[in-house]
Amino acid sequence: MSALLHEEYPVESGDYDRAGEASADIKRKLKQLGVPATVLRRVSVASYEVELNLVIHSDGGVLTLEVTPEAVRLISADRGPGIPDLDLAMREGWSTASETARSLGFGAGMGLPNMKRNADDFNITSKVGEGTTIDMGFHLA
Amino acid sequence: MTIKDIIPLIDAKVITPEADLKKDVLCGYTCDLLSWVMAHGQEGMAWVTVQIHMNVIAVAALHDMACVIMPESIQMEKDSIEKAEEEDICILESPLSGYEICGRLHAAGVPDKD
Repeated sequence: MSALLHEEYPVESGDYDRAGEASADIKRKLKQLGVPATVLRRVSVASYEVELNLVIHSDGGVLTLEVTPEAVRLISADRGPGIPDLDLAMREGWSTASETARSLGFGAGMGLPNMKRNADDFNITSKVGEGTTIDMGFHLA
Repeated sequence: MTIKDIIPLIDAKVITPEADLKKDVLCGYTCDLLSWVMAHGQEGMAWVTVQIHMNVIAVAALHDMACVIMPESIQMEKDSIEKAEEEDICILESPLSGYEICGRLHAAGVPDKD
């Protein structure tokens, strides 16, 4: 499977001013590739949620975009701190967001459930002290 | 109905002079919780919010919204306005409350989201 596109976006912890820039670029690139609007919208929502999660919750990480003729893939890999209870984290309404994040209108506990809802494939692994990886796939064919 | 059509309805002024006012307004919405709007936003939406920071524009742009409406003459941050111009998102500022803005838009035929 040949990759049409491979991009990596470093996302820094707490950088609210630049939050959304990676997602905006991902959307632009996918639009140029002619990804259908319905898929584009789902990828946009999921990429923004995962980018915001890196800003709000992680110690920083990298968001990777991979496009093949069959699928769009988004992989978020962070440097920690890891999620102690994944079932709880996946629950709608549960959030450990800081006061800063909440004051900006984040931290409704919708991020991970919203990613899962929008992606065709969703996989999350996490280890406390090491980090969290979220792998999402969106089918094109 | 276009953005241009809704401006007089809510006594609004356009904060982004470059914005395309011919864009269709397909539905209306009000919410200040960005995570919530991210989950429920739609294309062509007129979104009423008191949030003024740049992430508002990111959310509006990712959903291809028509415009962001600031109620009660709340001033959007300068950086957000610049970002909105870049992303081709129209910002309107209205002296009316969010409640009144939504009431007037709904009465004029702007529907709820799907």
